[in-house]
Amino acid sequence: MSIQELLKSKFAKPLVFVLCLLPLSSIIWRIFYGDLGANPVETITHATGDWTLRFLLITLAISPFRQWFGLSALLRFRRMLGLYVFFYVCIHFSIWFIADHSFDFAEMIEDIIKRPYITIGFSAFVLLIPLAITSNNAMVRKLGRRWKKLHQLVYPILMLGVLHFLWLVKADYLEPGIYALIAAVLLLQRVNIKKWWGPKSSARSENFAQ
Amino acid sequence: MIKINKKSDIASSEITPESIYLRRREFMKASGMLGSALLLNPWMTAGASISIGDYKKDVITLDEEITPEDDATSYNNFYEFGTGKSDPAQRSTKFKTDDWKITVGGECEKPGTYSLEDLIKPFDVEERVYRLRCVEAWSMVIPWLGVPLASIIKSLQPTSKAKYVAFKTLLDPRQMPGQNRSVLQWPYREGLRIDEATNPLALFAVGMYGKTMPNQNGAPVRLVVPWKYGFKSIKSIVSIDFVEQQPQTSWNMSSAREYGFFSNVNPSVNHPRWSQKKERRIGDIFKRETLMFNGYEEEVAHLYDDMDLKINF
Repeated sequence: MSIQELLKSKFAKPLVFVLCLLPLSSIIWRIFYGDLGANPVETITHATGDWTLRFLLITLAISPFRQWFGLSALLRFRRMLGLYVFFYVCIHFSIWFIADHSFDFAEMIEDIIKRPYITIGFSAFVLLIPLAITSNNAMVRKLGRRWKKLHQLVYPILMLGVLHFLWLVKADYLEPGIYALIAAVLLLQRVNIKKWWGPKSSARSENFAQ
Repeated sequence: MIKINKKSDIASSEITPESIYLRRREFMKASGMLGSALLLNPWMTAGASISIGDYKKDVITLDEEITPEDDATSYNNFYEFGTGKSDPAQRSTKFKTDDWKITVGGECEKPGTYSLEDLIKPFDVEERVYRLRCVEAWSMVIPWLGVPLASIIKSLQPTSKAKYVAFKTLLDPRQMPGQNRSVLQWPYREGLRIDEATNPLALFAVGMYGKTMPNQNGAPVRLVVPWKYGFKSIKSIVSIDFVEQQPQTSWNMSSAREYGFFSNVNPSVNHPRWSQKKERRIGDIFKRETLMFNGYEEEVAHLYDDMDLKINF
């Protein structure tokens, strides 16, 4: 069985669905076994933040992987992976809102306005909402060409997400730097160099299209 | 909130959680060596350079729950062993602290190289329970063992030119793997104004939880300056210099607009990137209000009477 056939099998989707729940399962497991360290809130916040970024990178790696390895079947998983980005960011945001701000709206707003790394992270979260809402088939059909335009929001979202991480570390930029590097590769891969540098065309806005 | 007990006072059992008491008893019973618990530290694999022996209990107590020892020894910022919170505990197990020497220099009558043992020998080791507030907005309550920094400083006889005291951490990338990456400029350095360093609260700490200092917490000797953010409490000290000018400090060198020389705990001066109004006490889910000078206002506020703390943060 080729990889392409494997990806097309009816078990592939449920399997990926379950695999994507493993990070959450691991967190829940560690809550029950008291294995989240001295600062469990921080551990969960960091883990869900990490997984939001990882799923974002995986989702955006689908297109180049299809091209490079001729695995067109990968496309079947993109919507699910994208929704997992939203799933993990919701947990990430909720933990912050509940544990850091004890449901205090005024204080949360102040933090969002005053702290640039939070402003950026929150913006990325808000921008993901319309993408999640318009992810079903009905919306894809209804929006037509505008759907694609709307979903190009994922590129600024990725940049905001990486910047959010870079901006919150104290001195060690290694880990966010790795995310930034992968993100840069995935974004640059989409830049159509010929269009960019070649004869002027009116299609600049489409340069980022997959 | 703080009471300084007389030596004759009966120990208030409220300050040490029962679990720690029980563990200590068990341990002493098992080893059959009552009264010298400090020599029996089960983690002492590398062999600490000093033995503390008897210490004065409950010299400063605090009516707040003490952070579990496991948390205080597994969740650390000690970049010499890595930037992750669990790196120090995992990567410092082979750190050797025997025959620890401290070089004293600058504006003082007694410069020279001292063994740690000789430096602290003339003084009583005291147990003091302090809040520890990290600049990252989390906090702990830790029972330290140590000698007042003021006693050490007086014994070294600083001259009138000694306006500041500068400290350095050991530089040894073979033992301290975190120093192989230039996350900060090594060796780690910190400093205090001389009146801060001689404030009775400042502690030259050689242990915690009734034992010698664990490697990951800054063995064999560190500062504990409880009214300042944790990074001011420099670990694994190898040099003390008395100087006339304000010395360079590592985090200030890394980002001067974020980490001032004074770095007093102050809920109304935020870190440029995050709020300092609240903190998460380790063990809690929700945050609590951060106290001015970490709750030590009465003892230290006078040091900064004529200073604008928003400028001198």
